[in-house]
Amino acid sequence: MRRRDLLRNRLVAAALRSRGPQLVITLAALAGLLVAIVAGLTGTPVGARNAGIVLVWIAWWALLMLVAVPFAGRGWCSVCPVPVVGEWLQRGAVLAPHGAGLGAGRRWPRALRNIWLQNAGFVLVSLFGIIVLTQPRVTGLVLLVFLAAAVATSLVFERRTFCRYLCPVGGFIGLYSQLAPVELRVRDAAVCAAHTDKTCYTGSASGYGCPWLVYPPGLTRNVDCGLCFECLRTCPYDNLALNVRPAGADLAVARGRGLDEAFKTCIMLGSALAYAAVMLGPWGGLKSAASAVGTTPWWGYAAAFLLLVFGLLPGALWLATASGGRLAGSTTTTVRSFTRFASALTPLGLAAWMAFTLSFVFANLSYVWPVLSDPLGWGWNLVGTADLAWTPYGAAILPFLQAGVLLGGLAWTGAAVRHVAADLEPQRSVVLQAAPVLSLAALLTVVFMELLVA
Amino acid sequence: MSLHRWSLFALGMAVPLIALTPLGGPTTEATDRTVRIEASRFAYSPAVVHVNRGDRVTLELVSTDVVHGLYVDGYGVAAEADPGRPARISFVADRPGTFRLRCSVPCGGLHPFMIGKLRVGSDARLWLALALGIPAALVGLLGWRP
Repeated sequence: MRRRDLLRNRLVAAALRSRGPQLVITLAALAGLLVAIVAGLTGTPVGARNAGIVLVWIAWWALLMLVAVPFAGRGWCSVCPVPVVGEWLQRGAVLAPHGAGLGAGRRWPRALRNIWLQNAGFVLVSLFGIIVLTQPRVTGLVLLVFLAAAVATSLVFERRTFCRYLCPVGGFIGLYSQLAPVELRVRDAAVCAAHTDKTCYTGSASGYGCPWLVYPPGLTRNVDCGLCFECLRTCPYDNLALNVRPAGADLAVARGRGLDEAFKTCIMLGSALAYAAVMLGPWGGLKSAASAVGTTPWWGYAAAFLLLVFGLLPGALWLATASGGRLAGSTTTTVRSFTRFASALTPLGLAAWMAFTLSFVFANLSYVWPVLSDPLGWGWNLVGTADLAWTPYGAAILPFLQAGVLLGGLAWTGAAVRHVAADLEPQRSVVLQAAPVLSLAALLTVVFMELLVA
Repeated sequence: MSLHRWSLFALGMAVPLIALTPLGGPTTEATDRTVRIEASRFAYSPAVVHVNRGDRVTLELVSTDVVHGLYVDGYGVAAEADPGRPARISFVADRPGTFRLRCSVPCGGLHPFMIGKLRVGSDARLWLALALGIPAALVGLLGWRP
């Protein structure tokens, strides 16, 4: 597969090696985060008028799910403001290395070096999703907890342990970054093998060892690379490439996949189903149950949600992979098939989240303009947009966009399923191996069409 | 079954599905239709309104708690109702399909998710999803190399 190295362009290379542009964007994002926290905690309790809700869950979420993740993978992580305060304290520096920082630098326990905690964190936030998305104080509190957890983790553990193993948002960005048309890789692994100092991992006077705890020559997927570009600064041989590549190239990689990632795929699909039903469906009883935290209906909702993401969806995928294997006479273990075929559902998962986001964001985007003038809901009119009325955008084209995205995701999943089947058991029937999983994907697509497209 | 025969079989299933997909045409004669919709935080009752294509529809919005709005996606018409003061909107349901009804007045925490549905004509989405989904899956399975 052909790749084009963007770092061959001197301007791009210089912009990414320099810490300046990245710092400027990160500082702007940090300012936005602080505004969102302050607005959430002290501003108007009306969510549609509060910057904490509108800037985070409409503006930022739209940029993340419709632009950053599909086209830049972990591009958001490279400028995310959540870990930077802790990182500055840990390093004792904002820019290049100098002096000693405050971080204790402990290693993350080996048993937790996976994404199970990120899965659990995402499920926990999702259980309270409708509250987080609509109540400014809860959003402010959640953002503050994220910030505090990132600082605390950075002070105790080495590098970006928080991003790699704890951040619930980073968990799903990593999963879907496999589909992005960009990747950071080494140009020539032999150069790295001969380089005894391994400064990309250990660091040098020019930069820090990989904050994401990745040894760059070992990168075969985007999942764990935060695109912080620190390795560009520490490699003395100019041996890094930022490639434009065929989208989804990581799906062809078998190495490094585990049950934690397979369950992440199911959790994301299940959460998209639940969010679509609760937030975009016409069922008032379901909305009431999902928002009445602590009541009997909420416990019923929570139990159903957990059953969906940890039981029904993984169970259905397990059955599909097992029956496909049996039909084809496969000798591959079901666990291995399950983890591989789960990766093939990744495009459908991203498509479902994009279709959900399209519906949610287009209907509510016009809330952004008044908030820009009056971020705290205190009656200001800073840029003259405070009185703009709510107007849903794109109602005429939205269903077609959503259907196109979902069908594209299904087609992409079909291609990935076929590749996985051919890779697992090349001598067996690809169609028989793939048919049950693809049928499950088609069924999920129909359900998403029913819930999302109107 | 070979890949080729499998694809023919699946396409054979998809073609009649597409051909039989209802296109939302009038199933009965167009009439004047008035529907009373009760709005309370954060739901409409009935949650789904069915009308025939071509009907002259009047939606009567009755709020039972705070001020609520009703905006019909796709038709772009809206009304606001205070408690005890119903509001009406009228339009000709000349576009087939399913359209969201949204509250257009901030009415509380879950306001952005106060949603109902208007179905004009027979609901073809399930058929369309199946009719389009099968070829989409086939395109991926048979023709698109990642």
